[in-house]
Formats: sequence, C-alpha cells, structure tokens
Amino acid sequence: MSDTADTPVLRTRGLRKQYGKGEVLVRAVAGVDLDVASGETVAVMGPSGCGKSTLLHVLGGLDRPSEGEVWLDGRRIDRLGEKALARMRREAVGFVFQGFHLMDELTAVENVELSALLAGNSPRAARRRATELLERVGLADRAGFLPAALSGGQRQRVAIARALCNEPRVVLADEPTGNLDSAATLDVLRLFESLHEAGHTLVIVTHDDRIAATADRLISMRDGAFVDETRLAGGTSGKLGALAGLEG
Amino acid sequence: MQQEVVLAMLAKEPAYGYALRARLSAALGPLGDAMNAGQIYVTLTRLEKAGLVASEEATSTEGPARKVYGLTSAGQERVGAWLAEVSWPRPDLAEFHLKLVAAAAAGLADPLAIVDQQRRELLRRLRDAQRAAMAEPDRSDAALLLEGIVLRLQADLRWLEACERNWTERRGNL
Repeated sequence: MSDTADTPVLRTRGLRKQYGKGEVLVRAVAGVDLDVASGETVAVMGPSGCGKSTLLHVLGGLDRPSEGEVWLDGRRIDRLGEKALARMRREAVGFVFQGFHLMDELTAVENVELSALLAGNSPRAARRRATELLERVGLADRAGFLPAALSGGQRQRVAIARALCNEPRVVLADEPTGNLDSAATLDVLRLFESLHEAGHTLVIVTHDDRIAATADRLISMRDGAFVDETRLAGGTSGKLGALAGLEG
Repeated sequence: MQQEVVLAMLAKEPAYGYALRARLSAALGPLGDAMNAGQIYVTLTRLEKAGLVASEEATSTEGPARKVYGLTSAGQERVGAWLAEVSWPRPDLAEFHLKLVAAAAAGLADPLAIVDQQRRELLRRLRDAQRAAMAEPDRSDAALLLEGIVLRLQADLRWLEACERNWTERRGNL
C-alpha cells in the first residue's frame, strides 16, 4: 500500500459494467477512467439511469466490474476474493446512501459503533469513537435515540458518522440529500464541507445541484460514460453581488 | 430586440424580413407577441449598416420587390461569438433559449454543449453562494439574502435540466 500524496486514492481504467445479454444488454458503465486525489471532493451528476450509482458500487467494491481495473490506495481491488473485498470495504470505504440504511432496532450510537466492532475494535474503543463522531455531526444529545425518533436529516448525519467510524480512505455517497428537505440538506452540506476541510476524500453521485456545487470537481455522466468535467473550485468570488441585483 | 438574436435567426439561411419574424414567433410562442414587425426591420437596417448583414432585392412577378437578408462573414463571426458567450449574471431566459434554437437550426454549435457550459457557470456561482451562506450564522439577514440567490440559481439549473432533456430528445429524433 502506498501513502504518497500523488497516488490517487481511487483510480479506474477502462471500467465497464454491464447486465444481461443479447437484446437486453445494459451497459451501465461504459468505459470510465477516473482518478480521485487524496482530499478531493468529486461529484458525479447525470440523469437517472446514467450509471452513476452502479459506478459508485463498483468503486466501493459492492459490485464487481465486467471489465477494467479499480485501484484503491494503490491496490487493485477488482480481483480480490470475497473475504478480502469485504474487509477492504469495512476498513477503507465509508458508504452513505439516500435511504440512510440504519438498523432500526439499534440506537444512534449503536449504529455508529457497529462498524468499529465489526472491524475488531474493543467495545470500549468502539463506543468512544462513536460518541466522538456523533458529537462531530452535532448529535451528541441524540446518541440513545432509535432512528425512528430522529428526523431525516439527523438520520443521515448518523449514517455519515457511521461511514467515518473506521477512518476510511474514501467516503462514497449515493444521493445523500435525496430524501431531505431544504434545511436538512443544508446541514448535510455543512457536514460534507467540514469533512472536506478535514482532508477526507469524497465521491458523491447525485442529481442535487446543491451538493454537487460543494465539489472541487464535477463530472457529468450520460449513458454510462463521462461527457464533461469541470473544476468548480476557485470560481467567481466577488460576482455574488450582481446575482442579488447589486452592481459592481 | 437584441441584434445578436436577429443575426442568429439568419444563421441557417437568408430570409425575408417577415420569414425572420415567423422564425422568432415559432421559437417564442406567445412571448413573441410583444415584438413588433417594425423593430425587426429597424434592427436589420442597423445590422446592414454595421456590415453584419447584406440584403438583396428579390425579383418577384407580383407585388412589391422584397429584400432577402443574409449574414456577411463578419455577421457569422458575431453569431459564433454570441453562442459561445455565457451571459450570467444577467440571465436572459429568452436570449439563452434563442441561442439553443439558433445553434440547432443552423448546425453552428451543439445545444447540449451550450447547456453544459451554462451549467458549469451556474454551479460555480451556486458553490460560491452556498459557501457564503454556510459561513453565515443561522437566521442572519445576510443568510436570508444568500438563500434567495441559492434558490434562484437552483431554479435556473432546473430549467437547464429541462433544456438538456428536450434537446437530447430532439437530437435523438433527427
């Protein structure tokens, strides 16, 4: 494993994923080359069905590519055996989903500590870590609540705390604001922004412009392929006044 | 009427003044009713003086002689520059819309590429506005104004999505 700054955290080459065959062949990902640098936030946008969720699953080892290579932290993961792949997912990748995917019968803190426990941490260390993370996402006072007693935005913040539990190399988020209202979206945006400032590497697939706009780099995806790429950082400061009707 | 819009409507092929007006009406629907025919002729005369448009008397067996207007090479250049330019922060929906219509009709530029370019610009502004909003304490006066900017930008981005869908389908049908 390499930890140098210039090894991309995530790299794909010639990535393809297809389902079915013959006339019902679906090319969900049709030849994607991607490099994500350490500390970078990349957003992938595109219409429903463009392949962005499939791409995210393949990046995180939830699914295997039909063709091509996936490298995480300088290590090729698309050929790992099931056990090694599961371990890699647990230790190196944090997932955030649109539907939160929390365990209903576990409290917020139990949901967060679960992944630390599965990774072999002692119950005491796991609880300490989970408590710390809940504080970080602003939910210290909700630690003992079941998901059902939390708002959508709070549930997503618990899910983000869980994703961070094992200090992953990369956080992969699939429509993280898809089920949230405007105020809760702003909370999640703030949280992603603070992760970014803390040096986390993030890949977000979304069609929410607001979360896409927090990225350093934005990739547009259509029909399984990247069609446009934009660096959003270092943009337009000073022109906001004109947007509000203030000239000059 | 903006001069560039009139120019762009001529990019596909030369046209009589009234045909030009019909092209604009088709693109603008009821919103085009506000234009009067005189405006277009005034604009055409100005464009001709500026050397962007050239006219020719078309001989006709009946009725009065009519002028056919076409772009000069300077006019073509101007249209190309107009298509490539991003007009924010003064969004003019009709102007942007006509840009897509003219680009597609004349085959001068890919409407989807124009949409992508506009989206990049809007997302940069959204990013700035959002960062400024997030840096404000909740419920500050400035946060409220910034929220207004964010919501407007989102509305524009949603319309761009509609433009993208529409022009993707049309391209598929060609």
